[in-house]
Amino acid sequence: MATLSMTVNGKPVTATLDPRTLLVQFLRENLRLTGTHVGCDTSQCGACVVHVDGKAVKACTTLAVSLEGASVTTIEGLAVNGTLHPMQEAFREHHGLQCGFCTPGMIMSAVDIVNRRGHALDEKTIREDLDGNICRCTGYHNIVKAVAAGAEAMAGHGMETKEPPRQAAE
Amino acid sequence: MYAFTYHRPASARQAAGLLAKKEEAKILAGGHTLLPTMKQRLAAPSALIDLGACADLKGIARKGRTVVIGAMSTHAEVAASADVQEAIPALAYLASHIGDPHVRHRGTIGGSVANNDPAADYPAACLALGATIVTNQRKITADDFFTGLYETALEEGEIITKVVFPLVSKAGYAKFRNPASRYALVGVFVAKRGSDIRVAVTGAGEGGVFRWPEAEEALKARFAPKSLEGLKHSADGINGDIHADAEYRAHLIGVMTRQAVAQATGK
Amino acid sequence: MSATGIGAPVRRKEDHRFITGQGRYTDDINRPGQAHAYFLRSPHAHATIKAIDITAASGMPGVLGIFTGDDLAADKVGGLICGWMIHNKDGSPMRAGPHPALALGKVRYVGDHVAVVVAETLAQARDAAETIEVDYGVLPAVVDTASAAGAKTVVHAEAPDNTVFNWHLGNKDETEAAFRAAKHVTRIDLVNNRLVPNPMEPRAAVGDYDDGDGVFTLYTTSQNPHVARLVLSAFIGIAPENKLRVVAPDVGGGFGSKIFIYAEETVCVWAAKKVGRPVKWNSDRTEAFLSDAHGRDHVSHAELATDAEGKITGLRVKTTANLGAYLSTFSSSVPTYLYAPLLSGQYDIPAIYCEVDAVYTNTAPVDAYRGAGRPEATFVVERLVEVAARELGKDPAKFRMQNYVKKFPHQTPVIMMYDAGNYAASMKKALEIIDYKGIGKRKRDSARNGKLRGIGFSSYIEACGIAPSAAVGSLGAGVGLWESAEVRVNPIGTVEVLTGSHSHGQGHETTFAQLVSDRLGIPIDNVSIIHGDTDKVQMGMGTYGSRSGAVGMSAIVRAVDKVIAKGKKVAAYVLEADEADIDFADGHFAVKGTDRKLDFGSCALQAYIAHKFNGQDLEPGLKEGAFYDPTNFTFPAGVHICEVEIDPQTGVTKIERWAAVDDFGNVINPMIVEGQVHGGIAQGVGQALLEGARYNADGQLLTASFMDYCMPRADDLPSFEVGMTVTPCPSNPLGIKGCGEAGAIAAPPAVINAITDALGHEDIAMPATPQAVWRAAQKSVTRMAAE
Repeated sequence: MATLSMTVNGKPVTATLDPRTLLVQFLRENLRLTGTHVGCDTSQCGACVVHVDGKAVKACTTLAVSLEGASVTTIEGLAVNGTLHPMQEAFREHHGLQCGFCTPGMIMSAVDIVNRRGHALDEKTIREDLDGNICRCTGYHNIVKAVAAGAEAMAGHGMETKEPPRQAAE
Repeated sequence: MYAFTYHRPASARQAAGLLAKKEEAKILAGGHTLLPTMKQRLAAPSALIDLGACADLKGIARKGRTVVIGAMSTHAEVAASADVQEAIPALAYLASHIGDPHVRHRGTIGGSVANNDPAADYPAACLALGATIVTNQRKITADDFFTGLYETALEEGEIITKVVFPLVSKAGYAKFRNPASRYALVGVFVAKRGSDIRVAVTGAGEGGVFRWPEAEEALKARFAPKSLEGLKHSADGINGDIHADAEYRAHLIGVMTRQAVAQATGK
Repeated sequence: MSATGIGAPVRRKEDHRFITGQGRYTDDINRPGQAHAYFLRSPHAHATIKAIDITAASGMPGVLGIFTGDDLAADKVGGLICGWMIHNKDGSPMRAGPHPALALGKVRYVGDHVAVVVAETLAQARDAAETIEVDYGVLPAVVDTASAAGAKTVVHAEAPDNTVFNWHLGNKDETEAAFRAAKHVTRIDLVNNRLVPNPMEPRAAVGDYDDGDGVFTLYTTSQNPHVARLVLSAFIGIAPENKLRVVAPDVGGGFGSKIFIYAEETVCVWAAKKVGRPVKWNSDRTEAFLSDAHGRDHVSHAELATDAEGKITGLRVKTTANLGAYLSTFSSSVPTYLYAPLLSGQYDIPAIYCEVDAVYTNTAPVDAYRGAGRPEATFVVERLVEVAARELGKDPAKFRMQNYVKKFPHQTPVIMMYDAGNYAASMKKALEIIDYKGIGKRKRDSARNGKLRGIGFSSYIEACGIAPSAAVGSLGAGVGLWESAEVRVNPIGTVEVLTGSHSHGQGHETTFAQLVSDRLGIPIDNVSIIHGDTDKVQMGMGTYGSRSGAVGMSAIVRAVDKVIAKGKKVAAYVLEADEADIDFADGHFAVKGTDRKLDFGSCALQAYIAHKFNGQDLEPGLKEGAFYDPTNFTFPAGVHICEVEIDPQTGVTKIERWAAVDDFGNVINPMIVEGQVHGGIAQGVGQALLEGARYNADGQLLTASFMDYCMPRADDLPSFEVGMTVTPCPSNPLGIKGCGEAGAIAAPPAVINAITDALGHEDIAMPATPQAVWRAAQKSVTRMAAE
């Protein structure tokens, strides 16, 4: 067994756990934060995406014990004091979800895209940066619209990005 | 996953000490190959030595005519590094196109190079740029480092600490992705340093990353896509699978090489 | 139209829980004392089981029970069933082998269920399963669809030539005559590639047994929990229906694959009683690839006869359909009654004849996947029509319009009576959206850049609603295909609507509430939709075949009408007027020609307090139910046009534009309907360009993860240009037709017709991967050079 202290959605968490516990298992089974989902075994679908220290990662491919001292944000921690995050609002407003299973990972990825690339996102950038998230329901059409709108709204709502936006390496 | 013990050393030296002590131990870098393999029960290390807390394995710096990248630098960090973008933009470009954004936040250059997946991107850059892989014990040139499918010159107990890339005058990378996995079906990195021209191909070789001497020779006359016209790679020794047979991959080597040269020459 | 009424793009009521991570999917459910199940699966496609030794495994840490097919048989648990009887050409019944939930003596595909281990943790269950020793006698496998019939290897002794049935439909003699008289005959050979549905939520089950009451509960990922209960109870024999509750909570997509009653769910609920603990199973993705029912997998030869004027005079098809190793729940209906009746497409074709041979192979069972039979039919018809137009030198749009059905109702030679439609209207609108006039210039522009551009049409028709019950019964269905609804009005006028439909992404909680709110004139927030629990909803048939709108909502309309009728009686007492003089509009019961009225909520209260009327004359309360059985199928139809650009250097096909014009009849929520179209197109594009389940000759699935099975991603697709035309459906009270499958049905031929237009030849199969297109483009380049 190993010990772990981290912050999850702003709250300190300590646990003793089997080292093979994946972050997604720790969130879902230990903390009962079941908004983070598992949709594949090969780190591709992105249903499990959460933020670790402000960056999107796949919780199915991360050992919980490797995140000692880290700050983790899940879909449950995105709304602040009951007010939805602008990206959550945008997904609802633009019908960016159907069955809802990929949605938490999609929204966490979308916020990460804005954090990395800023508020003015073109369709090509959004589509390319959603590479690590698979949706089977929407055909992505409305997800792309939602991400663009959510990105703009984040600027309007004074949702500061966590890092200065940077240009793509290309 | 099978059970294992978990260790989180604070330095490469401590990590090496643990690695020497623990039988069947494995190094955990970004974990994006090792953990999925363990989840499928295809690997069963008795101990995992997580390099995540080794501060001495981090950092990217320009040193003279080289860029030095700490082994635990993530793909996102390499892609975003102003030093890399300025010194070897093609390397930053390559890093920005590995996997997907989430993978780039965890996957590391050290892990990628040590694993030498035949469809990984970094081996092509290392080979074409003539990188030096620095371990806790020695320096190994890329030419000597990649020895076969998932095989490298690393000895037991050896840990990559950094990768040193010499600056080149021109470089470019072009990748044709596997439509499903998004790994390189064929990736070609070209680099020109004076008269030394290197073309390194990943994703296609039965034995992993390799150089394409005929293309290098053709580019010596003039480093331009036109020099490659009519040049075809043989399908011998090229991978075939359900996504692409050897003939198609061999054809793509030519296409990607021309694209990489075009990128390197800004055309 | 009000902001929340019929026709308004109301934002979804269910979204709050999904965007905040509060959805409740089966894997989110944990029962006290829950144990975990791991299924030991066959690594061989075909083998006898000589012995299973669980001795070592039974002693492993945490193990609560290990069960095999013998244990199920000893408990008299029956096998899984196929609920649709198909008869051969000679009238004899189809030949089906048994389908035990856990193998009995033989395994028939990789992933077939050999044993289940129940343990304290999943890791312990898996550890123990690895120590079970199975002595297999490996047999050769039969895998290939086209050559399965008559192969030496026999999958089931009951079907000695591997043929489940040979079936036919249509007017054979007339069709042969039409071909003899034809001026021109177009012939094509097609493969409809096998697909894996892959809803993002893998299947899952939690079985629970309450010993005090003797009641089983199964929480599961189902599109139709009542059908699951019916089958588990009446056929498999888990428990009588009153002792078995099935709950399908939030379900993360289905696309057909969660209609069926599978081994894992069956075993979990049964094992809960055996080990005296709740038992949970959650599929991983590889298990989903191996054992979810797959879709499509047809091999067809098709011919189209035309006369001197280019009028289609006949169509004939010979199809072999691969049903896999066992008959899944509705598998037999897919390549028969969901397929051949659609072969008339949107066209007036006097003679059609279709023969279908269904075969067993050592592969995963094949059953309904989004569209189910209709995409296969549409692919045949729309490829034939496109190729015929090219061969005849006719414009493909004009050729289609020339042959469209123009008068309704229209009786086809293959069962269907098309009730309404205006196919040319959709085509004209789609041509405008795509700027068909400009395609020549766009092709030349692409050619200048060394690219090949093509445009492809698909005039699809589908049959939804799947009904009436008596009709499907006469065709072999084991169930009726009506739907139920119950409208419960609370004393202060809020409403709960219980429906037998099930929402797993379709947005019923919004659309159904919109309908009821509109009809009763009450705020949409006052309406709650309840579904997915056999303890709450009495009976229902579930959601598939785009039936929830046309059938499920029609049942709700019937129940709402009854509520209004009862409300009028109550209002008549309260307003002291004659019942015949009460009108109901805008949420008020009013006395004709007066200003005396009673709002809906007050009427509800009066119904419950029952002070104003005598309980002998009128029952108190306000709650009504309805079972609605449709009078016909519905016939959504439309035109999709796809424009592609191919890079002949790499073989990459880029979809440049997509115009979709669909006629779904009346639309309740256009936002949701458009979303269904988008998703359907994406799955159809996936089939055409990216997806394909591949087995090797030994029956090993080569595409068993997202590493090898290519799912459409955001950058594989364009944004879609969606338009609609409206011809109300005359066969249901709302005039709606169904929209869930249209995109998946329309898209594949549109893509392939565009690619073949770009290539200038027809030699490309699905999926048109970069490698396949590159190879096909070599011929085009050679040909272009020659020209």
